[in-house]
Amino acid sequence: MRPILLQGHERALTQVKFSKEGDLLFSVSKDHTVCAWYSANGERFGTYKGHQGALWTVDVDPTTTLLASGGADNTIRLWEVRTGRLLKTWEFSTSIKRVEFSEDGRQLLGVTEKRMNQLSTVIVYDIKQDIEAEQDDEPALRILVDELPKVTVAGFSYLNKYIITGHEDGSVTQYDAKTGEELHNSPSHEDGMQVTDLQWSADRTYFITSSKDKTAKLHASDSLDVLKTYTTDTPLNSAAITPDPVQYVILGGGQAAMDVTTTSARQGKFEARFYHKVFEEEIGRVRGHFGPLNYVAVDPTGKCYASGGEDGYEVEREKEQGIRF
Amino acid sequence: MAPSFEQLDPETEYEEGEEDIDYTDLKEQYDVRMEEGLDTFIVIDGLPKVPPGSKDKLVKFLLRKLTSVGKTKEENVYMPMNEAGDMTEGFAFVEYETSAQAAAAVKALHATALDKKHTIAVNKLTDIERYGREGRIDETYNPPEIEPFAEKEHLRWWLGDKEGRDQYVMYHGEHVGIFWNETASPEQVIERDHWTESFVQWSPKGTYLTSMHAQGVQLWGGQNWSRQKRFMHPGVNLVDFSPDERYLTTWSHRPMVVEEGNPILSLEEDGKNYIIWDIATSKPLRSFVTLDVPGPTQDAEGNPVKKKIQWPAFKWSADAKYVARMTQGQSISVYELPRMNLMDKTSIKIEGIMDFEWSPAAPHRDNIKEYEQLFCYWTPELGSNPAKVGLMSIPSKEVVRTRNLFNVSDAKLHWQSDAAYVCVKVDRHSKSKKTMATNLEIFRVREKGVPVEVVDGLEGTVINFAWEPHGDRFVLITAGEVPQGAAVPPKTAVSFFCPEKAKGTAVGNFKLIRTVDKKNNNAIHWGPNGRFVVVATVLNSQSYDLDFWDFDFEGEKEEKDRDLTANLMLMSTADHYGVTDIEWDPSGRFVASSASVWKHRMENGYHLHTFSGTVLREEPLEGFKQWAWRPRPERLLSKDEMKNVRKNLREYSKQFDEIDQAKKSSANKAVVEGRRAMLDEWLAWRERMQADLAMEREDMGLPDLSEEQQALVVDEEEEQEGREVEEVFEEILDEVEEVMD
Repeated sequence: MRPILLQGHERALTQVKFSKEGDLLFSVSKDHTVCAWYSANGERFGTYKGHQGALWTVDVDPTTTLLASGGADNTIRLWEVRTGRLLKTWEFSTSIKRVEFSEDGRQLLGVTEKRMNQLSTVIVYDIKQDIEAEQDDEPALRILVDELPKVTVAGFSYLNKYIITGHEDGSVTQYDAKTGEELHNSPSHEDGMQVTDLQWSADRTYFITSSKDKTAKLHASDSLDVLKTYTTDTPLNSAAITPDPVQYVILGGGQAAMDVTTTSARQGKFEARFYHKVFEEEIGRVRGHFGPLNYVAVDPTGKCYASGGEDGYEVEREKEQGIRF
Repeated sequence: MAPSFEQLDPETEYEEGEEDIDYTDLKEQYDVRMEEGLDTFIVIDGLPKVPPGSKDKLVKFLLRKLTSVGKTKEENVYMPMNEAGDMTEGFAFVEYETSAQAAAAVKALHATALDKKHTIAVNKLTDIERYGREGRIDETYNPPEIEPFAEKEHLRWWLGDKEGRDQYVMYHGEHVGIFWNETASPEQVIERDHWTESFVQWSPKGTYLTSMHAQGVQLWGGQNWSRQKRFMHPGVNLVDFSPDERYLTTWSHRPMVVEEGNPILSLEEDGKNYIIWDIATSKPLRSFVTLDVPGPTQDAEGNPVKKKIQWPAFKWSADAKYVARMTQGQSISVYELPRMNLMDKTSIKIEGIMDFEWSPAAPHRDNIKEYEQLFCYWTPELGSNPAKVGLMSIPSKEVVRTRNLFNVSDAKLHWQSDAAYVCVKVDRHSKSKKTMATNLEIFRVREKGVPVEVVDGLEGTVINFAWEPHGDRFVLITAGEVPQGAAVPPKTAVSFFCPEKAKGTAVGNFKLIRTVDKKNNNAIHWGPNGRFVVVATVLNSQSYDLDFWDFDFEGEKEEKDRDLTANLMLMSTADHYGVTDIEWDPSGRFVASSASVWKHRMENGYHLHTFSGTVLREEPLEGFKQWAWRPRPERLLSKDEMKNVRKNLREYSKQFDEIDQAKKSSANKAVVEGRRAMLDEWLAWRERMQADLAMEREDMGLPDLSEEQQALVVDEEEEQEGREVEEVFEEILDEVEEVMD
């Protein structure tokens, strides 16, 4: 089970995503570029250049035709996956923390950062899945997050029914994805401990959130009920759910570089942790990074997972198959 | 202020929920309401009644007595006349200059005889006001109400555990938890948040759990963990028990400030650092100030020197009949319990004394029938006099043995637990004072004339030494010279000693069994019953190993060790990153090693090992502070009974194995059942969600799978047509060059 180390970025990785077929892997980094890789052997497929600042987020549509990326240059850019052609740029007044396609690929959401009298917003665009089509300039929906603390992560639920957001204070909110109406806010993680990631199950009926409070939680999309809680000993940056039939969740994190006083890798807890999804028990850990893990992503076919670290490496490896339940 | 007890379980017999230890009941009882200025007055009663003519004479006579303790004048003595004006009333009011003088007068003159017929009663005016005012005292005698007998909890209940398990207390974060120790998973007895403010401590026999608070110390015990005692000592830092749990020493860094009217502490305790308490009555017996260690109070740059306090400063004799404190360089003060009076009203002068230790058990010296306790002390070289180690017998104060030593720079006294030996570890410097060496002077206390055996030839200085409990073997660690400016501590060597085989009951000379060098070890922890010892490296960021040694290995003995009373064997080595503390359980079956947040913040938590070094459990705990096994009182089994147990050990162990097995299988069963339930619940939920989703998609006229799930469905035809990609990976695993002849 040899890991493949993907070295292409010059600075810390911020997000990695598999294509829905699992054959390609997209990564974004603080070095302003998006990279695409073959997940089978780790060869580089290409890069998407054009952003003027650190990138925070990337997503690919279900047909692997369109790629969206967003970052500190206050833009969301839409690319053609195959050619690397820039199709559309939307500009904003603050940086983009998260982009995500809906499960049918017909909508794209973005989360803007709260800064300087700018409220944090969630914006939704209707996407035309034709690469030659002109995309709309104006969003289909804009949710201003006024009364709640700023949004850190967001995503579409099954059937584009809800938009679920994770907040700086550790709570999660459910919005009506059609009207933008706030339906339900639930304090999920420890108060004041930021929600750092939100990833979906295959059918988007439940999702996992990770938080600085050192836990990850599994929620139901419709009720926001906490179904499972995974407790670790380190602040978490990311959490992913493996597709059925494997019942694992993979958590990644580690002390932030500025909090690590000793440089010993032992201390930083820079490991990917495997937990059993149903029993909430830790199964194992995988070392490999020497900085905190910023993101973990699972291949939708369940064959492997990838982790992107603050150290600028991306490690991809086939999942341990040693334990079966 | 104290963190609150509010989170405590309300069922656990808690009278107060508020912040402080509640002394209001006592305060009310002893409440003082001073009226301004009246505390310089005293009232004298029981004077002779005299006509006006003799009044002046009486006043003058009285004044002579009064001025012996304080300053007062004739004008300040007021002796009232009866209504007719022909006789005095038989009492007088006197004003002193200060209230202290008035208090002294009461103390000195109350109930003293004026002449043959008259005994005077002298009281403070404020006291008369307080107790004598009408209504305050009932004219008829009412016998005090005796509270009905309330059965107290059995303080040693935990010893009756059917499985003979031991308890331990664990302090992490703000939680203090007490657990039954189990090989599999511990069973919690009780947990309370904010039970203590700084640390917890067991009493020496395990009866009480001590909690520390800003206002004082509290003792807890019994099955309900109710409060047994409380001792008020503002700012208390440390506590120490007498070996029999009858007395308690509390110490605070800052001298106490006691205001008059304090319900428990009197003015006598004001400005003191130590209080010695009687635990049964919760009353202070005597208080003391901290003695400064002689030496400069400021260093070369004028900064105050931080002085280490000696703890415990008050050392108890084995039977707690005596407690002694040393004034460094001068004397030892021995106090007799329970009165806490200075023995023979004088301290024992020992010029230059540096340290002393009581024998930890009754010394059975050869041919000595009388009661005695021993302590060992040492003095450095003074002028042309050599350094000395002495053994003094109490109460006779007779020095029963001394030994002269030369070139001594330091010495440490190590008693063996039965007081059969005392080993004096002597650090000597060479004439030039450049190199150091250590030798051991072992006093054989029970043998005739207390002979001294010298163990020398040790390389480097001895940094740690420990006797086998109830045995006659020992382990020591030596360290080499530290090169100047070296960042790493020097390598250490561990040496194991035992007596040679000798005829009869005699104990032969101490011989080195083995030395293991190039180690980093610095700690020695003997099992409570001897034989097994853990030699470890603690408080070291580079190495953190625990070596588990057996002194009586049941196997082939090496030829060279044939004459020795030991067969040494390293059983196993364990690793515990960042270990700070190691503690054996009282039965000697388990060893807990822990990494406390008090020392560092790395991987705090504990490991539990068997006596032979097998790790049973590792538990990392955020903010882990302390682990302490609950001590047990001494065994009640006779020697024969113990022998019997040892003989039939196989049968006993069979029983225990069965119990363990049953427990394990039931625990496994519970785990499996729990998992099954969780899985069933999860699958049921998933099924419901999937059905709901399918229905919803159908209603909306969408296909069964979403676009993104569709992406994963592989078309079978396409699959067959799919190209086959072949990749060859070549990897050089190893390259070896062999030279052929």
